[in-house]
Amino acid sequence: MSNAIELKNISVYYGQVCALAHINLTVKEGDYLGIIGPNGGGKSTLLKVILGLIKPSQGTIRIFGRPLTPKGRLISYVPQFSKFDLRFPINVRDVVLMGCLGKRNGLLPKYGKEDQELVDCIMKELGIFDLRARQIGQLSGGQLQRVLIARALSAEPKILLLDEPTANLDNKSSNQIYSLLKELNKKMTIVLVTHDLAHISSSVKSLACLNKTLFYHGEPELNEPIINNTFGCPVDLLAHGVPHRVLRHHEEAK
Amino acid sequence: MLEALLEYKFLQNAFLSTILASITCGIMGTIITEKKLVMLSGGIAHTTFGGIGLGYFLGIEPIISGLFFSIIASLGISRINKKTDTYSDLLIGMFWSLGMALGVLFIAFTPGYPPDMTSYLFGDILTVSRKELLLMLIFDLIIITIIVSFFNIFKAYLFDEEFLAIQGAPILLLEYLLYILIACTVVLLVKVTGIILSIALLTVPIALAKQFTYNLKNLMILSCGLGAVFCLMGLFVSYKLGIPSGATIIIIAIFSYLTIVFLKKKTARKHSLPQ
Repeated sequence: MSNAIELKNISVYYGQVCALAHINLTVKEGDYLGIIGPNGGGKSTLLKVILGLIKPSQGTIRIFGRPLTPKGRLISYVPQFSKFDLRFPINVRDVVLMGCLGKRNGLLPKYGKEDQELVDCIMKELGIFDLRARQIGQLSGGQLQRVLIARALSAEPKILLLDEPTANLDNKSSNQIYSLLKELNKKMTIVLVTHDLAHISSSVKSLACLNKTLFYHGEPELNEPIINNTFGCPVDLLAHGVPHRVLRHHEEAK
Repeated sequence: MLEALLEYKFLQNAFLSTILASITCGIMGTIITEKKLVMLSGGIAHTTFGGIGLGYFLGIEPIISGLFFSIIASLGISRINKKTDTYSDLLIGMFWSLGMALGVLFIAFTPGYPPDMTSYLFGDILTVSRKELLLMLIFDLIIITIIVSFFNIFKAYLFDEEFLAIQGAPILLLEYLLYILIACTVVLLVKVTGIILSIALLTVPIALAKQFTYNLKNLMILSCGLGAVFCLMGLFVSYKLGIPSGATIIIIAIFSYLTIVFLKKKTARKHSLPQ
Protein backbone atom coordinates (compact mmCIF):
# COMPACT_ATOMS: atom_id res chain seq x y z
CA MET A 1 0.00 0.00 0.00
CA SER A 2 1.28 3.46 -0.82
CA ASN A 3 1.72 6.34 1.55
CA ALA A 4 -1.12 8.85 1.44
CA ILE A 5 0.63 11.48 3.52
CA GLU A 6 4.33 11.73 4.24
CA LEU A 7 5.65 14.45 6.55
CA LYS A 8 9.41 14.69 6.93
CA ASN A 9 10.98 16.78 9.66
CA ILE A 10 8.24 19.42 9.63
CA SER A 11 8.70 22.44 11.89
CA VAL A 12 6.44 25.47 12.07
CA TYR A 13 7.22 28.74 13.83
CA TYR A 14 4.80 31.59 14.43
CA GLY A 15 7.36 34.37 14.82
CA GLN A 16 9.42 33.21 17.79
CA VAL A 17 6.87 30.67 18.96
CA CYS A 18 7.40 27.11 17.91
CA ALA A 19 4.12 25.40 17.06
CA LEU A 20 5.46 22.16 15.63
CA ALA A 21 8.94 20.71 15.95
CA HIS A 22 10.46 17.98 13.78
CA ILE A 23 7.32 16.09 12.91
CA ASN A 24 7.82 12.86 11.02
CA LEU A 25 4.57 11.21 10.19
CA THR A 26 3.50 8.74 7.56
CA VAL A 27 -0.12 7.91 6.90
CA LYS A 28 -0.75 4.83 4.79
CA GLU A 29 -3.47 4.81 2.16
CA GLY A 30 -6.72 3.61 3.68
CA ASP A 31 -5.64 4.44 7.20
CA TYR A 32 -7.89 6.10 9.75
CA LEU A 33 -5.66 8.23 11.95
CA GLY A 34 -6.74 10.08 15.05
CA ILE A 35 -4.52 12.89 16.29
CA ILE A 36 -4.98 13.86 19.92
CA GLY A 37 -3.25 16.47 22.02
CA PRO A 38 -3.87 19.43 24.30
CA ASN A 39 -5.07 22.85 23.20
CA GLY A 40 -2.22 24.72 21.56
CA GLY A 41 -0.48 21.44 20.88
CA GLY A 42 -0.33 22.16 17.17
CA LYS A 43 -3.10 19.85 15.99
CA SER A 44 -4.85 22.41 13.83
CA THR A 45 -1.50 23.72 12.61
CA LEU A 46 -0.56 20.23 11.49
CA LEU A 47 -3.82 19.91 9.56
CA LYS A 48 -3.21 23.28 7.91
CA VAL A 49 0.30 22.22 6.93
CA ILE A 50 -1.07 19.10 5.28
CA LEU A 51 -3.70 21.21 3.51
CA GLY A 52 -1.06 23.64 2.27
CA LEU A 53 -2.62 26.59 4.09
CA ILE A 54 0.50 27.08 6.22
CA LYS A 55 3.97 26.84 4.77
CA PRO A 56 6.22 24.98 7.20
CA SER A 57 9.45 26.69 8.26
CA GLN A 58 11.28 23.52 7.35
CA GLY A 59 10.58 20.00 6.20
CA THR A 60 8.82 18.41 3.27
CA ILE A 61 5.30 17.14 2.64
CA ARG A 62 4.34 14.54 0.11
CA ILE A 63 0.80 13.58 -0.79
CA PHE A 64 0.67 10.24 -2.57
CA GLY A 65 4.36 10.58 -3.28
CA ARG A 66 4.06 14.00 -4.90
CA PRO A 67 4.96 17.36 -3.42
CA LEU A 68 2.06 19.51 -2.30
CA THR A 69 0.72 21.55 -5.20
CA PRO A 70 -1.32 24.67 -4.65
CA LYS A 71 -4.19 22.93 -6.37
CA GLY A 72 -4.64 20.10 -3.91
CA ARG A 73 -7.54 18.15 -5.31
CA LEU A 74 -6.69 14.96 -3.46
CA ILE A 75 -7.42 16.29 0.01
CA SER A 76 -10.62 17.70 1.37
CA TYR A 77 -11.27 19.29 4.70
CA VAL A 78 -14.02 19.52 7.30
CA PRO A 79 -13.41 22.55 9.53
CA GLN A 80 -14.88 23.11 12.97
CA PHE A 81 -18.48 24.12 12.49
CA SER A 82 -18.35 26.58 15.38
CA LYS A 83 -16.31 29.03 13.30
CA PHE A 84 -19.11 29.75 10.86
CA ASP A 85 -21.41 32.72 10.87
CA LEU A 86 -24.71 30.89 11.12
CA ARG A 87 -26.66 33.90 9.89
CA PHE A 88 -24.89 33.81 6.53
CA PRO A 89 -27.50 33.76 3.75
CA ILE A 90 -26.80 30.35 2.27
CA ASN A 91 -28.70 27.07 2.20
CA VAL A 92 -27.51 23.51 2.71
CA ARG A 93 -27.40 22.62 -0.97
CA ASP A 94 -25.25 25.62 -1.87
CA VAL A 95 -22.81 24.78 0.90
CA VAL A 96 -22.44 21.20 -0.33
CA LEU A 97 -22.09 22.37 -3.95
CA MET A 98 -19.10 24.45 -2.90
CA GLY A 99 -17.03 21.27 -2.81
CA CYS A 100 -17.38 21.03 -6.60
CA LEU A 101 -15.79 24.43 -7.23
CA GLY A 102 -12.22 23.22 -7.39
CA LYS A 103 -12.73 20.12 -9.46
CA ARG A 104 -12.32 21.68 -12.86
CA ASN A 105 -9.22 23.58 -13.79
CA GLY A 106 -9.60 27.31 -13.70
CA LEU A 107 -12.46 27.40 -11.19
CA LEU A 108 -15.41 27.65 -13.55
CA PRO A 109 -18.07 29.54 -11.67
CA LYS A 110 -21.01 27.50 -12.96
CA TYR A 111 -21.96 24.12 -11.57
CA GLY A 112 -22.57 21.40 -14.12
CA LYS A 113 -25.36 18.85 -14.21
CA GLU A 114 -23.06 16.09 -12.96
CA ASP A 115 -22.14 18.29 -9.99
CA GLN A 116 -25.80 18.69 -9.08
CA GLU A 117 -26.38 14.95 -9.34
CA LEU A 118 -23.29 14.11 -7.31
CA VAL A 119 -24.30 16.55 -4.59
CA ASP A 120 -27.86 15.20 -4.41
CA CYS A 121 -26.46 11.70 -4.17
CA ILE A 122 -24.08 12.61 -1.34
CA MET A 123 -26.79 14.47 0.55
CA LYS A 124 -29.07 11.43 0.33
CA GLU A 125 -26.29 9.18 1.58
CA LEU A 126 -25.68 11.40 4.57
CA GLY A 127 -29.35 11.86 5.35
CA ILE A 128 -29.47 15.59 4.79
CA PHE A 129 -31.31 15.65 1.46
CA ASP A 130 -34.55 16.75 3.11
CA LEU A 131 -32.75 19.70 4.67
CA ARG A 132 -31.32 20.93 1.35
CA ALA A 133 -33.34 24.15 1.19
CA ARG A 134 -32.72 25.14 4.83
CA GLN A 135 -30.58 28.11 5.73
CA ILE A 136 -27.60 26.84 7.71
CA GLY A 137 -28.62 28.65 10.89
CA GLN A 138 -31.70 26.44 11.09
CA LEU A 139 -29.75 23.22 11.55
CA SER A 140 -28.68 21.36 14.66
CA GLY A 141 -24.99 20.95 15.36
CA GLY A 142 -24.98 17.34 14.18
CA GLN A 143 -26.81 18.23 10.97
CA LEU A 144 -24.44 21.09 10.23
CA GLN A 145 -21.46 18.79 10.78
CA ARG A 146 -22.89 16.34 8.26
CA VAL A 147 -23.42 19.19 5.80
CA LEU A 148 -19.75 20.11 6.12
CA ILE A 149 -18.72 16.49 5.64
CA ALA A 150 -20.95 16.34 2.56
CA ARG A 151 -19.26 19.45 1.21
CA ALA A 152 -15.85 17.88 1.68
CA LEU A 153 -17.04 14.69 -0.03
CA SER A 154 -18.41 16.51 -3.06
CA ALA A 155 -14.80 17.38 -3.89
CA GLU A 156 -14.33 13.61 -4.33
CA PRO A 157 -11.16 13.46 -2.25
CA LYS A 158 -8.83 10.56 -1.57
CA ILE A 159 -7.92 11.93 1.83
CA LEU A 160 -10.38 13.49 4.25
CA LEU A 161 -9.16 15.72 7.08
CA LEU A 162 -11.43 16.67 9.96
CA ASP A 163 -10.87 19.21 12.71
CA GLU A 164 -12.73 18.31 15.92
CA PRO A 165 -15.72 16.79 14.16
CA THR A 166 -17.54 16.02 17.39
CA ALA A 167 -16.75 19.13 19.43
CA ASN A 168 -19.98 20.55 20.91
CA LEU A 169 -22.00 17.54 19.83
CA ASP A 170 -24.02 15.31 22.15
CA ASN A 171 -23.31 11.61 22.44
CA LYS A 172 -25.87 10.48 19.92
CA SER A 173 -24.73 12.87 17.21
CA SER A 174 -21.10 12.01 17.92
CA ASN A 175 -21.81 8.33 17.48
CA GLN A 176 -23.55 9.03 14.18
CA ILE A 177 -20.56 11.00 12.95
CA TYR A 178 -18.13 8.26 13.99
CA SER A 179 -20.11 5.50 12.30
CA LEU A 180 -20.34 7.65 9.17
CA LEU A 181 -16.57 8.13 9.19
CA LYS A 182 -16.02 4.40 9.64
CA GLU A 183 -18.15 3.83 6.55
CA LEU A 184 -16.26 6.50 4.58
CA ASN A 185 -12.94 4.98 5.60
CA LYS A 186 -13.68 2.03 3.32
CA LYS A 187 -13.23 4.39 0.39
CA MET A 188 -10.70 6.95 1.58
CA THR A 189 -7.95 7.80 4.02
CA ILE A 190 -9.15 9.74 7.03
CA VAL A 191 -7.20 11.93 9.44
CA LEU A 192 -9.02 13.55 12.30
CA VAL A 193 -8.01 15.80 15.14
CA THR A 194 -9.92 15.57 18.38
CA HIS A 195 -10.17 15.98 22.13
CA ASP A 196 -12.62 13.17 22.35
CA LEU A 197 -10.46 10.48 23.93
CA ALA A 198 -13.32 8.23 24.96
CA HIS A 199 -14.61 7.65 21.44
CA ILE A 200 -11.49 7.83 19.43
CA SER A 201 -9.61 4.70 20.36
CA SER A 202 -12.55 2.49 19.45
CA SER A 203 -13.02 4.16 16.06
CA VAL A 204 -9.65 4.83 14.56
CA LYS A 205 -7.11 2.41 13.12
CA SER A 206 -4.10 4.29 14.41
CA LEU A 207 -3.43 7.10 16.79
CA ALA A 208 -0.94 9.94 17.10
CA CYS A 209 -0.29 12.06 20.18
CA LEU A 210 0.81 15.57 19.41
CA ASN A 211 2.11 18.28 21.68
CA LYS A 212 4.54 20.33 19.63
CA THR A 213 6.34 17.10 18.79
CA LEU A 214 4.92 13.73 17.98
CA PHE A 215 4.94 11.62 21.13
CA TYR A 216 3.39 8.51 19.82
CA HIS A 217 2.15 7.05 16.61
CA GLY A 218 0.83 3.58 16.31
CA GLU A 219 -1.93 1.29 17.49
CA PRO A 220 -4.88 2.98 19.15
CA GLU A 221 -3.97 1.61 22.55
CA LEU A 222 -2.71 4.21 24.96
CA ASN A 223 -0.89 3.93 28.24
CA GLU A 224 -0.40 6.41 30.97
CA PRO A 225 3.17 7.61 30.24
CA ILE A 226 2.21 8.54 26.68
CA ILE A 227 -0.86 10.44 27.79
CA ASN A 228 1.02 12.19 30.56
CA ASN A 229 3.76 13.17 28.15
CA THR A 230 1.31 14.48 25.61
CA PHE A 231 -0.99 16.39 27.91
CA GLY A 232 1.49 17.16 30.65
CA CYS A 233 -0.92 15.94 33.28
CA PRO A 234 -2.98 12.91 34.10
CA VAL A 235 -6.10 12.82 31.98
CA ASP A 236 -9.39 11.27 32.83
CA LEU A 237 -9.33 8.33 30.49
CA LEU A 238 -12.03 6.29 32.12
CA ALA A 239 -14.47 4.85 29.72
CA HIS A 240 -17.65 5.74 31.53
CA GLY A 241 -19.50 2.48 31.31
CA VAL A 242 -19.16 2.41 27.57
CA PRO A 243 -17.88 -0.84 26.17
CA HIS A 244 -14.59 0.48 24.89
CA ARG A 245 -11.62 1.38 27.00
CA VAL A 246 -8.76 3.64 26.29
CA LEU A 247 -6.47 2.19 28.90
CA ARG A 248 -5.95 -1.39 29.88
CA HIS A 249 -4.42 -0.70 33.24
CA HIS A 250 -3.98 2.53 34.99
CA GLU A 251 -3.59 3.84 38.48
CA GLU A 252 -5.96 6.34 40.00
CA ALA A 253 -4.78 9.89 39.52
CA LYS A 254 -3.74 11.39 42.81
CA MET B 1 -41.89 66.63 -10.02
CA LEU B 2 -42.52 64.47 -13.05
CA GLU B 3 -42.78 67.48 -15.33
CA ALA B 4 -39.63 68.92 -13.86
CA LEU B 5 -37.93 65.58 -14.40
CA LEU B 6 -38.79 65.68 -18.08
CA GLU B 7 -37.80 69.30 -18.39
CA TYR B 8 -34.56 69.68 -16.46
CA LYS B 9 -31.42 67.88 -17.43
CA PHE B 10 -29.90 68.08 -13.95
CA LEU B 11 -32.93 66.26 -12.52
CA GLN B 12 -32.62 63.54 -15.13
CA ASN B 13 -28.96 63.15 -14.24
CA ALA B 14 -29.84 63.02 -10.55
CA PHE B 15 -32.53 60.41 -11.19
CA LEU B 16 -30.23 58.19 -13.24
CA SER B 17 -27.39 58.53 -10.77
CA THR B 18 -29.57 57.37 -7.87
CA ILE B 19 -30.55 54.29 -9.84
CA LEU B 20 -26.94 53.52 -10.75
CA ALA B 21 -25.79 54.13 -7.18
CA SER B 22 -28.47 51.86 -5.72
CA ILE B 23 -27.43 48.98 -7.95
CA THR B 24 -23.83 49.27 -6.81
CA CYS B 25 -24.88 49.65 -3.20
CA GLY B 26 -27.13 46.62 -3.30
CA ILE B 27 -24.47 44.34 -4.73
CA MET B 28 -21.33 45.66 -3.07
CA GLY B 29 -23.09 46.50 0.18
CA THR B 30 -24.18 42.88 0.52
CA ILE B 31 -20.63 41.69 -0.01
CA ILE B 32 -19.21 44.27 2.39
CA THR B 33 -21.69 43.40 5.13
CA GLU B 34 -21.33 39.65 4.77
CA LYS B 35 -17.53 39.85 4.73
CA LYS B 36 -17.60 42.25 7.73
CA LEU B 37 -15.79 44.97 5.81
CA VAL B 38 -18.01 47.89 6.78
CA MET B 39 -15.28 49.64 8.75
CA LEU B 40 -12.77 49.08 5.96
CA SER B 41 -15.17 50.68 3.50
CA GLY B 42 -15.61 53.64 5.82
CA GLY B 43 -11.84 54.01 5.99
CA ILE B 44 -11.46 53.83 2.23
CA ALA B 45 -14.24 56.37 1.76
CA HIS B 46 -12.53 58.89 4.00
CA THR B 47 -9.14 58.31 2.42
CA THR B 48 -10.74 59.32 -0.89
CA PHE B 49 -10.92 62.86 0.46
CA GLY B 50 -7.13 63.08 0.24
CA GLY B 51 -7.33 62.23 -3.44
CA ILE B 52 -10.03 64.78 -4.07
CA GLY B 53 -7.86 67.42 -2.42
CA LEU B 54 -4.94 66.34 -4.58
CA GLY B 55 -7.12 66.68 -7.65
CA TYR B 56 -7.86 70.30 -6.84
CA PHE B 57 -4.21 70.97 -6.03
CA LEU B 58 -2.96 69.53 -9.33
CA GLY B 59 -5.90 70.80 -11.33
CA ILE B 60 -7.10 67.37 -12.48
CA GLU B 61 -10.55 65.80 -12.15
CA PRO B 62 -10.99 65.20 -8.37
CA ILE B 63 -12.98 62.00 -8.90
CA ILE B 64 -10.08 60.43 -10.80
CA SER B 65 -7.47 61.29 -8.19
CA GLY B 66 -9.96 60.26 -5.50
CA LEU B 67 -10.31 56.84 -7.14
CA PHE B 68 -6.53 56.56 -7.30
CA PHE B 69 -6.26 57.35 -3.59
CA SER B 70 -8.98 54.96 -2.52
CA ILE B 71 -7.49 52.06 -4.50
CA ILE B 72 -4.05 52.73 -2.99
CA ALA B 73 -5.63 52.89 0.46
CA SER B 74 -7.58 49.66 0.13
CA LEU B 75 -4.63 47.70 -1.24
CA GLY B 76 -2.32 49.36 1.27
CA ILE B 77 -4.44 48.31 4.22
CA SER B 78 -4.55 44.76 2.94
CA ARG B 79 -0.78 44.62 2.24
CA ILE B 80 0.36 46.15 5.53
CA ASN B 81 -2.12 43.99 7.40
CA LYS B 82 -0.50 40.89 5.92
CA LYS B 83 3.10 42.05 6.37
CA THR B 84 2.82 43.15 9.96
CA ASP B 85 0.83 41.98 12.92
CA THR B 86 -1.15 45.21 13.16
CA TYR B 87 -4.89 44.74 13.54
CA SER B 88 -6.66 45.89 10.42
CA ASP B 89 -8.95 48.02 12.59
CA LEU B 90 -5.99 50.09 13.69
CA LEU B 91 -4.74 50.47 10.12
CA ILE B 92 -8.18 51.49 8.92
CA GLY B 93 -8.32 54.13 11.64
CA MET B 94 -4.94 55.50 10.59
CA PHE B 95 -5.69 55.58 6.85
CA TRP B 96 -9.06 57.12 7.66
CA SER B 97 -7.59 60.20 9.30
CA LEU B 98 -4.47 60.32 7.13
CA GLY B 99 -6.63 60.63 4.03
CA MET B 100 -8.70 63.42 5.55
CA ALA B 101 -5.56 65.21 6.78
CA LEU B 102 -3.92 65.06 3.35
CA GLY B 103 -7.10 66.35 1.79
CA VAL B 104 -7.18 69.34 4.12
CA LEU B 105 -3.52 70.12 3.39
CA PHE B 106 -3.90 69.84 -0.39
CA ILE B 107 -6.89 72.16 -0.30
CA ALA B 108 -4.92 74.65 1.80
CA PHE B 109 -2.04 74.54 -0.72
CA THR B 110 -4.35 75.05 -3.67
CA PRO B 111 -3.78 78.59 -4.97
CA GLY B 112 -6.67 81.02 -5.13
CA TYR B 113 -9.99 80.73 -3.35
CA PRO B 114 -10.46 77.46 -1.47
CA PRO B 115 -12.98 75.28 -3.32
CA ASP B 116 -16.22 74.28 -1.60
CA MET B 117 -15.78 70.74 -0.39
CA THR B 118 -19.24 70.14 1.07
CA SER B 119 -20.55 68.51 -2.09
CA TYR B 120 -17.82 65.86 -1.82
CA LEU B 121 -18.27 65.39 1.91
CA PHE B 122 -22.06 65.24 2.00
CA GLY B 123 -22.99 64.66 -1.61
CA ASP B 124 -24.89 66.86 -4.02
CA ILE B 125 -26.99 64.75 -6.27
CA LEU B 126 -28.45 67.69 -8.16
CA THR B 127 -25.06 68.66 -9.58
CA VAL B 128 -24.11 65.29 -11.08
CA SER B 129 -22.68 65.93 -14.53
CA ARG B 130 -22.99 63.84 -17.69
CA LYS B 131 -19.35 62.89 -17.37
CA GLU B 132 -19.82 61.64 -13.83
CA LEU B 133 -22.92 59.79 -14.88
CA LEU B 134 -20.99 58.02 -17.60
CA LEU B 135 -18.28 57.11 -15.10
CA MET B 136 -20.92 55.65 -12.78
CA LEU B 137 -22.42 53.65 -15.62
CA ILE B 138 -19.03 52.16 -16.49
CA PHE B 139 -18.36 51.23 -12.85
CA ASP B 140 -21.79 49.67 -12.57
CA LEU B 141 -21.24 47.56 -15.65
CA ILE B 142 -17.82 46.42 -14.40
CA ILE B 143 -19.16 45.50 -10.97
CA ILE B 144 -22.21 43.68 -12.31
CA THR B 145 -20.18 41.74 -14.88
CA ILE B 146 -17.59 40.60 -12.33
CA ILE B 147 -20.06 39.65 -9.61
CA VAL B 148 -22.51 37.91 -11.93
CA SER B 149 -19.89 35.87 -13.75
CA PHE B 150 -18.07 34.79 -10.58
CA PHE B 151 -21.10 34.65 -8.32
CA ASN B 152 -20.55 31.16 -6.93
CA ILE B 153 -16.91 31.84 -6.25
CA PHE B 154 -17.71 35.06 -4.44
CA LYS B 155 -20.36 33.26 -2.43
CA ALA B 156 -17.84 30.63 -1.38
CA TYR B 157 -15.28 33.34 -0.67
CA LEU B 158 -17.67 35.18 1.63
CA PHE B 159 -18.78 32.03 3.39
CA ASP B 160 -15.53 30.12 3.85
CA GLU B 161 -12.34 31.56 2.43
CA GLU B 162 -10.20 28.74 3.80
CA PHE B 163 -12.16 26.02 2.04
CA LEU B 164 -11.96 27.90 -1.23
CA ALA B 165 -8.19 28.21 -0.80
CA ILE B 166 -7.88 24.45 -0.35
CA GLN B 167 -9.68 23.99 -3.64
CA GLY B 168 -6.94 25.93 -5.36
CA ALA B 169 -8.65 29.29 -5.74
CA PRO B 170 -6.41 32.37 -5.94
CA ILE B 171 -7.58 33.91 -2.66
CA LEU B 172 -5.15 36.82 -2.75
CA LEU B 173 -6.31 37.80 -6.21
CA LEU B 174 -9.94 37.64 -5.10
CA GLU B 175 -9.17 39.78 -2.08
CA TYR B 176 -7.43 42.45 -4.17
CA LEU B 177 -10.23 42.40 -6.69
CA LEU B 178 -12.79 42.83 -3.94
CA TYR B 179 -10.86 45.71 -2.37
CA ILE B 180 -10.55 47.49 -5.72
CA LEU B 181 -14.27 47.06 -6.27
CA ILE B 182 -14.96 48.53 -2.82
CA ALA B 183 -12.74 51.50 -3.67
CA CYS B 184 -14.63 52.04 -6.94
CA THR B 185 -17.97 51.76 -5.14
CA VAL B 186 -17.05 54.37 -2.59
CA VAL B 187 -15.86 56.83 -5.23
CA LEU B 188 -18.99 56.23 -7.23
CA LEU B 189 -21.09 57.22 -4.22
CA VAL B 190 -19.22 60.46 -3.58
CA LYS B 191 -21.60 62.57 -5.64
CA VAL B 192 -24.76 60.91 -4.38
CA THR B 193 -24.29 60.80 -0.63
CA GLY B 194 -20.80 62.14 -0.15
CA ILE B 195 -17.82 60.56 1.51
CA ILE B 196 -19.11 60.77 5.05
CA LEU B 197 -22.59 59.48 4.38
CA SER B 198 -21.76 56.80 1.82
CA ILE B 199 -21.41 54.04 4.40
CA ALA B 200 -25.12 54.29 5.26
CA LEU B 201 -26.14 53.48 1.71
CA LEU B 202 -23.90 50.42 1.80
CA THR B 203 -25.45 49.08 5.00
CA VAL B 204 -29.04 50.21 5.54
CA PRO B 205 -30.67 48.62 2.46
CA ILE B 206 -28.86 45.37 3.21
CA ALA B 207 -29.78 45.40 6.88
CA LEU B 208 -33.41 45.83 5.91
CA ALA B 209 -33.31 43.23 3.13
CA LYS B 210 -31.79 40.73 5.56
CA GLN B 211 -35.05 40.85 7.49
CA PHE B 212 -36.83 39.24 4.57
CA THR B 213 -34.54 36.76 2.82
CA TYR B 214 -31.95 34.07 3.49
CA ASN B 215 -30.72 33.88 -0.09
CA LEU B 216 -27.60 35.78 -1.13
CA LYS B 217 -28.81 36.54 -4.64
CA ASN B 218 -32.21 37.73 -3.45
CA LEU B 219 -30.49 39.74 -0.76
CA MET B 220 -28.51 41.60 -3.41
CA ILE B 221 -31.52 42.22 -5.64
CA LEU B 222 -33.76 43.30 -2.77
CA SER B 223 -31.05 45.61 -1.46
CA CYS B 224 -30.75 47.24 -4.89
CA GLY B 225 -34.52 47.81 -4.91
CA LEU B 226 -34.66 49.19 -1.39
CA GLY B 227 -31.67 51.43 -2.08
CA ALA B 228 -33.39 52.83 -5.15
CA VAL B 229 -36.58 53.51 -3.18
CA PHE B 230 -34.67 55.32 -0.43
CA CYS B 231 -32.64 57.36 -2.89
CA LEU B 232 -35.64 58.39 -5.00
CA MET B 233 -37.66 59.32 -1.92
CA GLY B 234 -34.69 61.32 -0.65
CA LEU B 235 -34.24 63.01 -4.01
CA PHE B 236 -37.92 63.93 -4.16
CA VAL B 237 -38.05 65.31 -0.62
CA SER B 238 -34.79 67.21 -0.94
CA TYR B 239 -35.90 68.74 -4.25
CA LYS B 240 -39.31 69.77 -2.88
CA LEU B 241 -38.00 71.21 0.36
CA GLY B 242 -34.70 72.48 -0.99
CA ILE B 243 -32.65 70.61 1.60
CA PRO B 244 -29.36 68.67 1.11
CA SER B 245 -29.98 65.46 -0.81
CA GLY B 246 -27.37 63.15 0.78
CA ALA B 247 -28.52 63.82 4.30
CA THR B 248 -32.18 63.44 3.31
CA ILE B 249 -31.54 60.05 1.69
CA ILE B 250 -29.71 58.74 4.74
CA ILE B 251 -32.30 59.96 7.23
CA ILE B 252 -35.16 58.49 5.21
CA ALA B 253 -33.31 55.18 4.88
CA ILE B 254 -32.47 54.82 8.55
CA PHE B 255 -35.91 55.87 9.75
CA SER B 256 -37.53 53.43 7.33
CA TYR B 257 -35.27 50.69 8.65
CA LEU B 258 -36.11 51.43 12.28
CA THR B 259 -39.84 51.66 11.57
CA ILE B 260 -40.00 48.43 9.58
CA VAL B 261 -37.94 46.45 12.09
CA PHE B 262 -40.08 47.80 14.92
CA LEU B 263 -43.33 46.91 13.11
CA LYS B 264 -42.02 43.47 12.21
CA LYS B 265 -41.13 42.74 15.83
CA LYS B 266 -44.54 43.92 16.94
CA THR B 267 -46.50 41.77 14.50
CA ALA B 268 -44.30 38.78 15.30
CA ARG B 269 -45.15 39.21 18.97
CA LYS B 270 -48.86 39.51 18.21
CA HIS B 271 -48.79 36.27 16.24
CA SER B 272 -46.98 34.42 18.99
CA LEU B 273 -49.53 35.42 21.65
CA PRO B 274 -52.09 32.76 22.52
CA GLN B 275 -55.59 33.48 21.20
